Amino acid sequence: MSNVTLKVNGRAHTLDVDPSTPLLYILRNDLELQGPRFGCGLGQCGACTVIMNGAAVRSCITPCSAVKGEITTLEGLAKGGKLHPVQRAWIDEQVPQCGFCQNGQIMTAKVLLDRNPNPTDAQIREGMAGALCRCMTYYRIHAAIKRAAAAMAAGTASGRGGVS
Amino acid sequence: MTTFTKIPRQVEELLEQWNGTHSRRTFLKGSGLLVVSVGAAAVVGPFAADASAQAAGPYPDPDFRQLDSWIVIHENNTATFYVGKTDCGQGTGTAFRQMMSDELDIAYDKTSCIMGSTDITVDQGGSGGSDAIQTDGWPMRRVAAEARRVLLEMASARFAVPVDQLAVREGVITVKTDPSRKVTYGELIGGKRFNVTLTGNNVDATTGVAKVKPVQELKMVGQSPQRYDIPAKVDGSLKWAVDVKAPGMVHARNVKPPVAGARLIGIDESSVRNLRGFIKVVSKGNYVAVVCEREEQAVKAARQLKVNWQKPATSPFPTSEDLFTYMRSATPMSNQGPAVKGNPDAALTGAAKVVEAEYDVPFQGHTAFAPAHAMADPSNGQMTIYSNDMKSYGMRAGIAQFLGMPRDQVRVVWMEGPQGYGRTAADDAGFEAAFLAKEIGRPVRVQWMRHEETGWDTKGPAFTVKIRGGLDAQGKLVALDYNARAADYCHVGYNEADTVLIAQLMGKRRATPAAGSAGTPSDMYEIPNKRTASQVVSLPLVWETPLRTGNLRDPNGPQITFAAESFVDEMAAAANADPIEFRMGLLTAGTTDDSGFKRARSIAVVKAAAEAFGWDPRPSPKPLDNGTILTGRGIAYSFRNQTVVAEIVEVEVNRRTGHVWVKRLVCAHDCGLVINPEALRRTIEGGMLHSLSRALHEEVQFDAEKTTGVDWISHPSLRHADTPARIDVVLVNGDPNPNRPDLPHYGAGETACKPMIAAVANAIYDATGVRLRRVPFRDARVLAALKAARV
Repeated sequence: MSNVTLKVNGRAHTLDVDPSTPLLYILRNDLELQGPRFGCGLGQCGACTVIMNGAAVRSCITPCSAVKGEITTLEGLAKGGKLHPVQRAWIDEQVPQCGFCQNGQIMTAKVLLDRNPNPTDAQIREGMAGALCRCMTYYRIHAAIKRAAAAMAAGTASGRGGVS
Repeated sequence: MTTFTKIPRQVEELLEQWNGTHSRRTFLKGSGLLVVSVGAAAVVGPFAADASAQAAGPYPDPDFRQLDSWIVIHENNTATFYVGKTDCGQGTGTAFRQMMSDELDIAYDKTSCIMGSTDITVDQGGSGGSDAIQTDGWPMRRVAAEARRVLLEMASARFAVPVDQLAVREGVITVKTDPSRKVTYGELIGGKRFNVTLTGNNVDATTGVAKVKPVQELKMVGQSPQRYDIPAKVDGSLKWAVDVKAPGMVHARNVKPPVAGARLIGIDESSVRNLRGFIKVVSKGNYVAVVCEREEQAVKAARQLKVNWQKPATSPFPTSEDLFTYMRSATPMSNQGPAVKGNPDAALTGAAKVVEAEYDVPFQGHTAFAPAHAMADPSNGQMTIYSNDMKSYGMRAGIAQFLGMPRDQVRVVWMEGPQGYGRTAADDAGFEAAFLAKEIGRPVRVQWMRHEETGWDTKGPAFTVKIRGGLDAQGKLVALDYNARAADYCHVGYNEADTVLIAQLMGKRRATPAAGSAGTPSDMYEIPNKRTASQVVSLPLVWETPLRTGNLRDPNGPQITFAAESFVDEMAAAANADPIEFRMGLLTAGTTDDSGFKRARSIAVVKAAAEAFGWDPRPSPKPLDNGTILTGRGIAYSFRNQTVVAEIVEVEVNRRTGHVWVKRLVCAHDCGLVINPEALRRTIEGGMLHSLSRALHEEVQFDAEKTTGVDWISHPSLRHADTPARIDVVLVNGDPNPNRPDLPHYGAGETACKPMIAAVANAIYDATGVRLRRVPFRDARVLAALKAARV
């Protein structure tokens, strides 16, 4: 065991843990940040995705000792009580079925849009490739990403109105 | 509002946010609304010895014959609905609120809904069979109507005017002749009990005196309020079953047999004893688990534990490559049918053209997105299990039986979880958590690892279906001989104390398995000479096998419909007929009908799908394209209970790689009265794409001793790249009188899963002229078929 310092969603935490502990377990079990979730433990599905240095990172295969830089989790996306446009679009599009994978979808989409504010259909498929969904909400995810892109371009919280 | 957003350590307080002084159970108890159950007294079989004496536990069953068990009106004129259902992610809770707020005459946004926790909601069985709206919606509507009636009577007494002189709108009752005289529901009964007894022989029949409203008077029904559960799933505030913690909680991981049928010889506990956080190895029979203080410690310890296993003397099953050969030659364990109409043998002999084909569908898994999990808390000698299992009530009864505890001392708190479309391993994890919690004496959280979930979850049964059909000289289908065979001999039910995996591994299983069935197609085709028969076959290893079968989203529908609707297409091609015109001929040839007008509604959905797609009538296959990408379209249709559906897909087949992309999907869907059209569309989309994943990717692969697909690489699933560019869902109401005031609401969800695999196969045939009769249509298989046909 040794002290590991993590900065997550703007707050610094120092923990006495085995440095090989995957970041996911520390976020979920020590820091009470349960937006990232366990799906495979292999970096294959995206359920555990967090953002580190502007990149979508699989926290289930990232030892906490390897964390460099600040981490943002799903809980840290909203600012000042206002949902991120991607989250807003997810609600307006009514994307989730069970919703369990949506942390990975939302965090991956956020990074995708940060890097490419106006992705084509092909770029969405490519950029989201590693985020799996077993309720198969992909079609609505693509619509929500386009809606969020439009909203971010327009500087509003979301694109066209809610579900009619 | 109605989803857990905090750790539910004090679940009653969280569920009961109204006047804060009474817990839900205190509320129910005080009114005598709890039924003391029969408990473990009637237990027989392997658990009889454990059945302990009946004692009044803290968690008896809420009485469905009491209005207060269903509806609470609060002082602030809001209402909470308590229903015994769970939501697998289709938004049924939102639909229940729409239906019940309409009947109660209260604003939708002044209501909330609590679901599926065994000690505070009546037992409606949890989820299953896509029947939440079709079956359970009715008692919900009736009890809400009854509450409205009682409130009107209370107002009538208060104002001393007859009920028919009163008007009610959004929870406010006014005197028609003097609208200044008004009273709210909250003022009449807020925080107090109705004390109204309902009737009905079972929970589905629950009713009061009041009648439900005619459809035309329903206001929220038919609208699309956004699902109330979604915001907390998007902002990270929802607490799921995976998130539950309790003071003193420890973590467990299983160590499963490395090969099917292996016997435990010994455990070298010294291999993990010195690990930090190690607490205990728990082992009984062939069940092994490691318990540690922290989660990552348990993961490590389970990996590191040295266990000596003895392989079985004979192979537990053939390899997945040899599966269908094995199934075709196996001696059936049971037979269904044959059901015979007309004289199929003579008609086939006399047919102008006879077609014969065999279709194979492999085992396919749930492979839940998060591996199975549960947390069990044994505090105070009781047992509380936090689980996402869709049948929380069954889990409660099963665990009570398994542990030999009175039912009244066991409760299951249902919380959201990863997709649970049938008998998932969530059942197994709940029992394991409870068993371990009792052994350890502390709250235990258990979760399977990915390789366990993918390798050992329950499987949808493999099918091999052989069909012969005969056309007369006019190209009319005059004979059909259908024979299906399913590898489904030991079909595990839901939360059965003597079939859950831990019971099997511990040697506490039942003696004789309950077989599933192979089943026959669901269509309304009129074929004058027809034979349908089916058999169930067994693999060599019956118990303790990763190829254990259980219900997977419409248990046999996708397999059967793949065979049946592919074959209809083959017959259409043999008749040189357009696939839709050929089907319409079969649908319109019949005159018999049933109370649900399924024939008329079948015709309506096929027509609606064709129209939405822009179907151009011509026989399949179309002339082969010249380029690398071959395009085609295919249709399939089916029904489930009273819900009918037709799906059309457009595919692109890459003749160089064998890759299939379903570019466009059209679905025409008739489930009667629609409660929430937008939520329904998404449910249908999800169901179709789930089956598309089964069509293109999913297959449980195994060698002769173990499953070899153990993660998302070795067991692939649908991905973003597979997503159709366009999906159109047409909601049809093909009832001959769609405006009738009693138009029923049927189910949705599983029906949409049924035709997809066949529609894809039919489209591939249209594009390439190559008929694929073996699922899934992975690139290599498609390419091999194209090459064999020199496409």
